[in-house]
Amino acid sequence: MGNRCAVIGVGQTEYRTKRADVSLAGLVREAALRALEDAGLTFADIDSVVLGKAPDMFEGVATPELYLADALGAAGKPMMRVHTAGSVGGSTTLVGASQVQAGVHERVLVVAFEKQSESNATWALSTHSPFSASLVVGAGGYFAPYIRAYIRRSGAPANIGMMVAVKDRINALRNPYAHLKIPNIDLAMVEESMMLWDPIRYLETCPSSDGAVAMVLASERAAQAASAATGRRPAWVHGAAMRSEPMGMAGRDSVDPRAGRDCAADVYRQAGVTEPRRQFAAAEVYVPFSWYEPMWLENLGFAEKGAGWKLTEAGATAFEGDIPWNPSGGVLSSNPIGASGMIRFAEAAQQVRGQAGEHQVEAAVDGPRLALGHAYGGGSQFFAMWAVGANKP
Amino acid sequence: MRDVAVVGFAQSEHSFSDLGWTEADLVMPLVNEVLGATGLKRSEIGFTCSGSNDYLVGTPFSFVAALDTIGAWPPIAESHVEQDAAWALYEAWVRIQHGDVDVALVYGFGKGTVGDQVGISSLGYDPYYLAPLVPGHVAMAGLQARVLKDAGFDVDPDPTPPPATDGAAAVVLAAGDVARRACARPAWIRGLDHRIEAHGIGTRDLARSESARLAAQQAGVGAGPVEFAELHTRFEHEETLLRHELGLDEKTVVNASGGPRKADPIMATGLIRIGEAAARIHDGSAARVLAHATAGPCLQHNLVCVLEGER
Repeated sequence: MGNRCAVIGVGQTEYRTKRADVSLAGLVREAALRALEDAGLTFADIDSVVLGKAPDMFEGVATPELYLADALGAAGKPMMRVHTAGSVGGSTTLVGASQVQAGVHERVLVVAFEKQSESNATWALSTHSPFSASLVVGAGGYFAPYIRAYIRRSGAPANIGMMVAVKDRINALRNPYAHLKIPNIDLAMVEESMMLWDPIRYLETCPSSDGAVAMVLASERAAQAASAATGRRPAWVHGAAMRSEPMGMAGRDSVDPRAGRDCAADVYRQAGVTEPRRQFAAAEVYVPFSWYEPMWLENLGFAEKGAGWKLTEAGATAFEGDIPWNPSGGVLSSNPIGASGMIRFAEAAQQVRGQAGEHQVEAAVDGPRLALGHAYGGGSQFFAMWAVGANKP
Repeated sequence: MRDVAVVGFAQSEHSFSDLGWTEADLVMPLVNEVLGATGLKRSEIGFTCSGSNDYLVGTPFSFVAALDTIGAWPPIAESHVEQDAAWALYEAWVRIQHGDVDVALVYGFGKGTVGDQVGISSLGYDPYYLAPLVPGHVAMAGLQARVLKDAGFDVDPDPTPPPATDGAAAVVLAAGDVARRACARPAWIRGLDHRIEAHGIGTRDLARSESARLAAQQAGVGAGPVEFAELHTRFEHEETLLRHELGLDEKTVVNASGGPRKADPIMATGLIRIGEAAARIHDGSAARVLAHATAGPCLQHNLVCVLEGER
């Protein structure tokens, strides 16, 4: 799998409905500078920059890597721009990691962002080329039928989605960067919220956020040097993979996509994971609509087919459960779309670095010491995942 | 670094008008063509990467439909750059360097005819000060041409862009012995590097291209003679500047293929340069060639690839 790669710095911005105080360039720079500070480095130490974001129509700025090169200290360096739909934050991280694993670069800055307040995401997701029909339904309208299919197949009780929504929002109260903080959130409040796309209620959806995240990825040598200088330990990449499958194919299972299963299997093989529920201390998984927790619990092999909802119902995925999912509050609490995948990857790294603050899962430091970062995109056909650990692979 | 070569290249018949072809229609025959020519099976492709741009057709996720055409089943390891596909080739080359993947498929596509190129290129400038002025790539190129003219270069200060083009390209990369099996005379990638520079043209000396010079230096262009160079020159004056910055002398034949001024399917144009340069190695007409791709106003971002035949 190439050379070792580690996360030596993580930087996030606060996630909010609107960051009117900064430009796009100011937003990405804020995250990048925080990641560099965490790594004990400056832009001068960076060999390459990889930028990721979801469709350019979310801000109305085409190929923004060109405009953002200056703000990210990239002048004179290689810079790339990744776009793989909602999974882009994960893919961007993996493209950056790849440059280290390939031995091409020593220190790579990966950055992902979305400033959704500059446009309208549901509009941007609903336009289609002239030769295909537009349903003008946005992401929720697209995924709701698959959630209904999951409920019908698994026989899950109707309140599972609401339980996930409450759990992740309670977790978000521990995360200083989280967008949605609803102190008294409970099942009744979620149930009373407006039905948007049956069965998805308003409080079972992700918000539309402005925000950015950055990481410094480093070779083994650079990671050891950074660790010695900062006293903070790196998160080592134990497994990394991407998978895609066609959008339109008869028989494709959008509830339990094979690309997700294959991607997880590849990561687990690399990381030596055979029992994900036991071997991971925490998982940061892309759950933009609450019902995607039980669906992905099955797709990622944490539960048998049809039994994902039972883990949620039993509290296994809660902060105090045996396998906490989204201790940061997840996508349900903060969703700058292009950044959301990288936030999952970064939060997984922070868990095994012991740098997750009030939402630190103790088992990530003292227990199994592996964490999973997951992102998906498109119509559930793009996947990117990594497993990171406190120990060298 | 592993030895990796361009072993297959195909491009569409480019069109200056919209023939009603979707991106998928453009890409699929090319993928079949490169796989057929190399004898490689779909199942042998370890990584796939593409380059395209949503704004060309005014819809998000324009790469999604193209993926449906390449037979991504069982699911494939795949990624996409919202850039010219020359950068997708770079990503694929890096991925092969891990050692666990030997073959990569790279493709790029663009429908330049269905959009307003000046408007689209303006949307790539900073949104707060510059983009609202709709400066566009042609006006920006004009500023650079004027600077070059004033600096004493023999260039036309009033540049004309190439006609908007629809088209696509596909390239297959392979490592070591797999490359030798797939191609009688592989075009080995001996140097590959890309560099960006500041966006604001007021912060750059437009009579120079520092990023092109750096990329050429890192790719080792100067290590030997370059017989053919395929340069991503959408404007004539760019050849004058790039010859200088890339260190090419008068012996190097530039854009023997006709170059971007004869076919500019934006987002595939740079990848085509790599394919056309590699084709000179494949057919035995050259031993060492150079390919160049660019993005951004006034050659802001430059990629340089040096290809050689078997020594």
